[in-house]
Amino acid sequence: MLIGFDTLVFYTFAVITVLAGLSVITARNPVHAALFLVLAFCSAAGVWILLEAEFLAITLVLVYVGAVMVLFLFVVMMLDINIEKLREGFWRWFPFGGVLAAIMVGQMIWVLGSRQTSETGAQVLKHSASYSNTKELGRLIYVDYVYPFELAAVLLLVAIVAAIALTLRRRKSVKSQDPAKQVLVQKSDRIRIVSGVGKHGTE
Amino acid sequence: MSYLLTLSPAYAEIFLLVMASAILIADLFVVSKERTLTYVLVQLTLLGCALITTVTHEPNVMQLFNGMFVGDAMSDVLKLLSYLAVSMALAYSRHYLLVRGLFTGEFMVLTLFALLGMMVMISAAHFMTLYIGLELLSLSLYAMVALQRDSVAATEAAMKYFVLGALASGLLLYGMSMLYGATGALGIAAISDAIRHGVENKELLVFGLVFVVAGLAFKLGVVPFHMWVPDVYHGAPTAVTILISSAPKLAVFAFVMRILVDGLQPLMMHWSGMLAILAVLSMAIGNIVAIAQTNIKRMLAYSTIAHMGFLLLGVLSGGTDGYGAAMFYAVTYVLMSLGGFGMIMLLSREGFEADMLDDFKGLNQRSPWLAFMMLILMFSMAGVPPTAGFYAKLSVLQAVIDAGHIPLAVMAVLFSLIGAFYYLRIVKLMYFDSPDSNAPISVRFDNGLLISVNGLAILALGIMPGALITVCAMAVQQSLLLR
Repeated sequence: MLIGFDTLVFYTFAVITVLAGLSVITARNPVHAALFLVLAFCSAAGVWILLEAEFLAITLVLVYVGAVMVLFLFVVMMLDINIEKLREGFWRWFPFGGVLAAIMVGQMIWVLGSRQTSETGAQVLKHSASYSNTKELGRLIYVDYVYPFELAAVLLLVAIVAAIALTLRRRKSVKSQDPAKQVLVQKSDRIRIVSGVGKHGTE
Repeated sequence: MSYLLTLSPAYAEIFLLVMASAILIADLFVVSKERTLTYVLVQLTLLGCALITTVTHEPNVMQLFNGMFVGDAMSDVLKLLSYLAVSMALAYSRHYLLVRGLFTGEFMVLTLFALLGMMVMISAAHFMTLYIGLELLSLSLYAMVALQRDSVAATEAAMKYFVLGALASGLLLYGMSMLYGATGALGIAAISDAIRHGVENKELLVFGLVFVVAGLAFKLGVVPFHMWVPDVYHGAPTAVTILISSAPKLAVFAFVMRILVDGLQPLMMHWSGMLAILAVLSMAIGNIVAIAQTNIKRMLAYSTIAHMGFLLLGVLSGGTDGYGAAMFYAVTYVLMSLGGFGMIMLLSREGFEADMLDDFKGLNQRSPWLAFMMLILMFSMAGVPPTAGFYAKLSVLQAVIDAGHIPLAVMAVLFSLIGAFYYLRIVKLMYFDSPDSNAPISVRFDNGLLISVNGLAILALGIMPGALITVCAMAVQQSLLLR
């Protein structure tokens, strides 16, 4: 049987996603790893478009690639991570972790690769041209899933509160600027008029 | 307007969310270091939640938000107990935190958000809400463990808790996605129906179940997923430990009930075996390793592991008796844990943590009443007759024997006997050893009253356990009818 165009595109994107994902964890340079993650996101967005989820695909590129990953790159560059130090002890624990991972992968292949499981090839529903993925998504989020959606907002609020509570500390030794005070400064605060001017206008 | 009226079972959650946000803002305008206004507001909020939950209680099962939210007797009872546990934990820890400069508005607001997460978990009938509730609870707790910035132990504990918690969430989500793949449903009732009507691929279902059970085991802190428990209990400020070890256990119990019992009941033959292994290992490792501890917070952490193993025994025996016994066990455990960690905070003072076993030496000479309360707590944890802990263990064992798992019951009794050693060692230290220091114990009146009520409640529940057992059995029975 000939494989259709869709299948070909899917496998292309899938292979790129998996390879990029592998590179993320094997790349020596954290900046390269972050860039590979960008590639993985982009190819995943391709798969989503294939599934007629255009809005999600565009959001993935805009939000994750455009905003989150840029922020991530900034952080990686600022932190100056020492890779060699992170890799210390990797080979020492590798046999242990490797055997565990091999056992788990073997078990998963054993279960998921069984005849029954591999036959689960559901056909992806195709919609007419008038179908709006965005509208459908909106209905799901604001009607069907409104409760978890609101709770997700609470989750974000907790994250904000926690981040501020953990990082904001008033330490006396830190020099900081207070713009309000800077604006309100008076001439008399800064300039001291020295009396007793000398003969030539200077002392 | 009529839509709002249909939301009545969720009024308590909505009220708590509104109040938590309001307190977050109100706290900005509180100048006093004592944070009295914030504290009073928080306690009033808890009281308000309790009133709302009582008033909006309906005798029948209510479903909301497309069946994602369920209000039944079990959820109402567990919510009321959670308010009580959180309120007591805050009351115990107020003074302790004040002298350490940790009593901030954020601490209380995060506590309220954690409580909201517990309530969402307790009332969840959908994988999505179960998971978001769990994350809301966990995220708040991670942050609270780390709040003591200057303590290396607390930061390390927070890091371990966060990383392992994230791993557990990953396992849980992976399992949930497998179950979704096998059944095509995310709602608890829909999943149960789908399995009942026959699923094409059983392997995938069991595969997902394994991951869900592993994720739950992580959150419960049972062996072999227990490594974070001692470090977190030990490293976190005791005021946070008391929170982690109390009300969340009720929420996790509800979580186990909703997923395993309500959703995956048809797979019981699979998961009861897994729970049996987890339970036996937890009781063994928990009770034996606790003997070697010199720090009482670590000791109580290992004792928690053992207690959670016991709780799982109740769940795996099944039936109203088993689930009711497990719920009764969870409730008594929460009471004992509140008392135990509350006592550590009571004996601590500025610059001193009473968290070593030696700090309890000769407590009887320094304060006979506190020693007596600790005696009740330790007896209850060990399962000595006139206390609630005895009835909790007895009812679980009865359920286990009724279900025909005689070897499990024998092992449970054996490990409880081993466990009795380290609980009674504290009693011995308090009554038969001479104190290391004679520093006076100054207990504030409110804390003294609280620990007395706590200890006497355990004694009273041990003498008259009937009412609570009936409530638990009824609550669980209604939740089982849900399917």
